Amino acid sequence: MFESLTQRVSKIFSGLSRPGKLSEANMDEGLAEIRSALLEADVHFRVATDLIARVREKAAGQDVLKSVSAGQMLVKIFHDELVDMMAAEGEPFAFERGRPTIILLAGLQGSGKTTTCAKLALHLRDEHRRKPLMVAADVQRPAAVDQLRTLGAANDVPVFHVAGEPPEKLATLALKEAAATGRDTILIDTAGRLHIDEELMQELGRVRANVTPDVTFLVCDAMTGQDAVRSASAFKETLPLDGVILTKLDGDSRGGAALSVRHVTGAPVRFVGVGEKVTDLQEFHADRLVSRILGMGDVVTLVEKAQGVLDEEQAEEQMKRMLDNRFSLDDFLGQLKALKKMGSMRDLMSHLPGMPDVDPDAIDDKALDKTQAVMLSMTPDERKRPELIDLSRKRRIAKGSGTTVKAVDGLLKQFQQMQQMMKKLKKGGLMSRLAGRFMGGGMGLGSMGDMLPEGEAGVPGMPGMQGAGAPARPGAGVDRRKARKAERQRRKKGRRRR
Amino acid sequence: MIGKLFKGLKKTREALASGVRKLLGRGTLDDATLDELEELLYTSDLGPAATQLVDAIRTGFKQGELKTSDDVLPFMRTRLLEMMGGASAPIDVSAHKPHIVLVVGVNGSGKTTSIAKLAGLLRNEGRRVMLAACDTFRAAAVEQLTIWAERLDVPIIKRETGANPSGLAFDAAEAALKEDVDVLLVDTAGRLHTQKNLMVELVKIARVLGKCVPGAPHEVLLILDGTTGQNAINQAREFKQAVDVTGLMVSKLDGTARGGAVVSIREQLGLPVHFIGLGETVDDIERFDPEAFADALFERV
Repeated sequence: MFESLTQRVSKIFSGLSRPGKLSEANMDEGLAEIRSALLEADVHFRVATDLIARVREKAAGQDVLKSVSAGQMLVKIFHDELVDMMAAEGEPFAFERGRPTIILLAGLQGSGKTTTCAKLALHLRDEHRRKPLMVAADVQRPAAVDQLRTLGAANDVPVFHVAGEPPEKLATLALKEAAATGRDTILIDTAGRLHIDEELMQELGRVRANVTPDVTFLVCDAMTGQDAVRSASAFKETLPLDGVILTKLDGDSRGGAALSVRHVTGAPVRFVGVGEKVTDLQEFHADRLVSRILGMGDVVTLVEKAQGVLDEEQAEEQMKRMLDNRFSLDDFLGQLKALKKMGSMRDLMSHLPGMPDVDPDAIDDKALDKTQAVMLSMTPDERKRPELIDLSRKRRIAKGSGTTVKAVDGLLKQFQQMQQMMKKLKKGGLMSRLAGRFMGGGMGLGSMGDMLPEGEAGVPGMPGMQGAGAPARPGAGVDRRKARKAERQRRKKGRRRR
Repeated sequence: MIGKLFKGLKKTREALASGVRKLLGRGTLDDATLDELEELLYTSDLGPAATQLVDAIRTGFKQGELKTSDDVLPFMRTRLLEMMGGASAPIDVSAHKPHIVLVVGVNGSGKTTSIAKLAGLLRNEGRRVMLAACDTFRAAAVEQLTIWAERLDVPIIKRETGANPSGLAFDAAEAALKEDVDVLLVDTAGRLHTQKNLMVELVKIARVLGKCVPGAPHEVLLILDGTTGQNAINQAREFKQAVDVTGLMVSKLDGTARGGAVVSIREQLGLPVHFIGLGETVDDIERFDPEAFADALFERV
């Protein structure tokens, strides 16, 4: 469904390619498509309608710049409007000296509060050098306290709980505990509750009255539908919300609920949960989420994901080799290995704009294995100088890799195409083209090759997906050990980006 | 007849039916009214079905099938029932012994609580129920199900957190055979449908169950969070593809004006809804009846 959405918006905008002014008439169709895109992305009906009206006003009469199409212009106006709306100002936390900072987490059942609590505690410890204390104040769900304790024990964060005490009392007692044990940040995990459950909502109010949290986060499932507006406003009535944490964004939902929640609560999204591991918490970037909601893909996240498995020096070296046209099959093989570390193709594709043209089911991760097998069946010499590979060698390689001569040919041909693409890239200004494409919305697969983030990440043609262009995928020959080392160094520098 | 469902969907009905009535009370059915009607339906997470319904009403008026605005509510009710394909055969747990039900879903959809409710429902119907705590991933998930098993006084097969879920599934199926239980409910770890290796793990659990008891799992129940939006369809599609989901249970339908995604899922994927979860206590479960659902949504006139 979302796949067709991107296609549709792109199509409409490619139809709006005549330069000139944006008029009521030529915008109608485009805006109608954007509106249904928003609705399918679970943006609340009213919110979507409001947004469209605002953009219509802003866009009407604007001159369409010579270099872009009317469609691109409209998408840009819309994109910017949404980014403005979603952008968070200031810092998520204001730590005060001399007293502990208190953070309260609230949300519906199953939104991911307990997991998020642990993720946030780790984030505060590792990125802000805080000493967190987690408070297990979910006394409703069976074993919720055990869950937080287990997470605490596994990650070396103390957890406070006293059996039999109500949440508001636990919060008060936790303050004393923090003072006694020298913890400077208290995270209170509360029970999930339905916004219509008066009793539990009052309980939240009592917790708040007892300890006056410095920061109150609403934890919101990114997959939530239209109901997000109702529940968020109900929480807002009970608690002053300072921020939102959007969870389960590693799925394929567009996350439109975030727009709705921002709209009704005014509270900015501060963090996003992107995976099962306790380190899978990222700071929120408005532009990325907006691109995702509008179906423009999430190239930036993809690039960062790539960086996570890369050794930067090697990536730079490889970039140089690419630009000098010294890129060999060895580099290709290394890239493939690193690519596989980034997760499944399908997952990667979900981050890319323009990919809807590819049926996700048609992407076969095994094709990568085959491509790799072909390359591994070559001698080091052959990988350095593919021109050595004659028919007899091809037969041997095919046999060795359990493939066919045709497959070997295919790979070699792709490699040639890649080399040609590199040449082209070297000539054109990469970043300017990247920026232009990104704003365009209607990004065809063919243009993916242009999306080469300068300096760090390279974009070869993708094996196993003939002609489909390629997700960014840099860094060669990075083995697991080196990747880990790089990761450690990154953390040391205190700028984890995953 | 409707009872709890009616009560649970009170919000939905209030939002929808009364809204519709208010709109229709104006007497005229102009485009503005239809737009508002579409908004009402949309905000119930009916998604594309909302547009379909409104279009059907528009056509209905043009073709004279609808004469006054009083006809609209019954008309929508009928169309909605059509979209849901009428009543589906209820789950028959006496078809096999043990009847093995694999319970799957994304994180936080309410699998463990739903299993407790199912176990309670089946036990009250006089079945011998056993639980398998195959969510060995999430911290304390085993403990959570164990607490429910104790409260319900049903046997549970479990291992420590981190244990291999397929191995545990095999043990549980064996135990279910040996102890002559009627229904084995297999809990699994929540997983986003986009996580390929976790989906593969799920396939393995299903396969292992089949190795121990031929034909198992006899049901694969997907638990959907009733507050989920259009992503519910992606979830249903992916899980269906991986483990051949046979039906749905929609959780957390109480207190929300939601549940509309059920219609799209039935219409687009042909998956029937077997149960709905309507509250916090273990008794808050109902077998799903499309008629009652439509009634609860539109309040029979």
